[in-house]
Order: sequence, then structure tokens, then C-alpha cells
Amino acid sequence: MERILEFVIIFFEFFKAGLFAVGGGLATIPFLYEMADKYDWFTKEELLDMIAVSESTPGPIGVNMATFAGFRMGGIAGALCATLGLVAPAFIVIIIVVKFIEKNKDNPVLKKVMDGLKPAVTALVLVTALNIFNEVFFIKGAKNFLKNPSIDLFNYKSLILFIVIFGIRYAFSKNKKLKKLHSSVWVLVGAVLGIVLKM
Amino acid sequence: MKKAWQLFWSFFRIGAFTFGGGYAMLTMIQNEICERKKWATEDEIIDCFTISQCTPGVIAVNTATNIGFKQDGYKGAVAATLGVITPSLIIIILIASLLDNFSDNIYVTRALNGIRVIVLIFILDAVIKFWKSGIKNTAGFIVFAVSLVLSLFAKVSSVYIVIFALIFSIVLYMFNKCKEKRTMNTKEDNDGKNS
Repeated sequence: MERILEFVIIFFEFFKAGLFAVGGGLATIPFLYEMADKYDWFTKEELLDMIAVSESTPGPIGVNMATFAGFRMGGIAGALCATLGLVAPAFIVIIIVVKFIEKNKDNPVLKKVMDGLKPAVTALVLVTALNIFNEVFFIKGAKNFLKNPSIDLFNYKSLILFIVIFGIRYAFSKNKKLKKLHSSVWVLVGAVLGIVLKM
Repeated sequence: MKKAWQLFWSFFRIGAFTFGGGYAMLTMIQNEICERKKWATEDEIIDCFTISQCTPGVIAVNTATNIGFKQDGYKGAVAATLGVITPSLIIIILIASLLDNFSDNIYVTRALNGIRVIVLIFILDAVIKFWKSGIKNTAGFIVFAVSLVLSLFAKVSSVYIVIFALIFSIVLYMFNKCKEKRTMNTKEDNDGKNS
């Protein structure tokens, strides 16, 4: 019985993410990050692996992430619950829009109101980026490092890799070939350097 | 039933062969839906995308539901939506089980540590993209700043922050509308006096 309840919870958690994450795949990350805090379905490190896998496999990123998280939590049934939960709000909203609103097309009110959500989404993704920054560079978090600043608590190799890759991407940001490079190439570069640098 | 199967397979193909989601899918959808199946014109697909962008949820799924519903009602909407998510379900479940089996391997651990840095860069990219497309005026910046403080320091849940932004956005829209009306009215009054 408890098991069934857990499946219901995972459905509704992803339903919530699907309903409130406006603006596509990566907008779901703040919601997933909160889930990692709240439940033991996946850790924050696993969330990062999940993002890498989602970015380098075909299919919509939000769906990929829901499947991955659901599978971690409860196997194939969990994956189904999470994915259907994520998709359900979009399904309902679109059918309502197509049936009722689209008749009087050009609906500037909807667009204007929804555009107002973008700054909030920007802030949420930025906060998640800061939290992930903390996870990636400090072992056991920045607070511990500030209390006891030792090199053992700081991932200097990660910082070097970050600066180099970010620098390359920034310096060549106008280069069309580099821009077109698929995300999975960068994931592969990260994996190889992780092994070479013994991170 | 035949139509529903066709919708399922078309969107299955779209789900299986598009990387990156969002706009990366537009070309593939146009090719499959407009040119091969002729279920919609290019303009209709663009409309579809515009609606998807200002409604919650994954853009590819929204588009699938939209086209499926128009082609074959609820049955079509379900078929197209399931079609676009099935490849993800299969591929991700395979990868997740593989990762579980190798997660103790030292090389896999090191590779994942390297990959996490790359993921951080992806997320920073997303922040920059959202910033460029989302914050265009003072009101936008205020919403951004308030959301940032609420989330970072007060640890307010993302759901409440999105609801707060939605209410603010509606109020701002109505306020602007009223102001527009008032300036138009005064203009008409002035015109009346002049004539």
C-alpha cells in the first residue's frame, strides 16, 4: 500500500513540475532540485548525471529527466508514473487551448501574461546553478570549506576544467562550427578529462 | 484506429531522432508533419510552437498533443503524445540500468565528476538564454530580483514563486490596459474640445 502511495506522490510531484515549469526542458531543473532535497528518489549528484544523459540522448529533455528520476525511484513503473505526470498538465492545457482559445487566434493576453513569468524562471534556474556550483566545487559544501579552508575540501581540478571549458566556449562563441557542436561532444570531453585528470 | 497508429509512429520517429528538444525539433516536425504527412501547413506548425511556448510543459509534447487532437480528437492526442515520449522512456531506462551496474567503477566515477562540470556550464548557458529572452524592462528585472531573493535567502518553493510572478504579470497587464484606456479617453476629450 505504501508503495502505491509513493507512485501517486511521484506522479503528482512531476505533475507539479510539468504545470509550473514554463519555458521548456531546463526550466524543470529547479523543481527536480527541490525533489532531491525533499525525497530520497535521487541525490543531487545523480541529478547532474541525469542532466548530462538527457542532454546527450534524443527526445525532449524534460521527458528524459522525468523518466530517469522515476526509474531511479521505482523501476519501469516509476518511470511511467513520473513521465505521465510531467506530460499530463501540458496535455490538458493544450486540449483546452485548442478547443476554446485558438478560435479567436492571436491571443496577445496569454502571451503577454506568460512572458511575465520568464524573469522568475530565470531567477529559479540561476539559484539552481548556484547550488550546483556549490556541489561541484566544494566537497561537503561551501559552508564547511569556509569554516575549515583546506585543499581537501575544494575540488580544484573541477575549477580548472570549468575555467578552461567555459573560456573556450566563451572565446569562440562567435564560431559557428563550435556553436553547432552537439552537447554530447562536450559531455564526452568532460568524461575523458575526468578520467585523465583523475577527478 | 489507423489514423491514431499513424500519429503514434510519426511522433515516435520525431521523439527518437531529435536531440536537444525545443527548437531543434522544429525542423524534424516540419519535415514529418508538413512535407511527408501533410497534416498541417508550416504556418500552423509555427502557431503550434508559439502556443507551446506560452503554455506550461515540454514544447515537443505540447505540439504532439495539439496536432494529434486536431487530426483525430482525443484518441489522436493520446496517440501522438505517447508516441513522442516512448523513445525517451526506452532509451533512458536502458541507460539508467547501465549506469546502475557500472557506478562503482573508478573510471566511471571519474568520468561522471568531469561530466558534472560540463553540466554546470549547460545550466549557466540556460541562465544566459533565459536572461536574454526574458528580462527586457524594469518590471522584468524587479520580478527577477524579488524571485532571486525569495528563492535564495527565504528558500520559498519554486511553485509559489511562479504563482507570484503570474499574479504580478496579470496585475501589471491590467494596469497597463487601464492606463492605455485613460490616455485614449483624455486624448478623445482633448480632440472634442479642439473641434
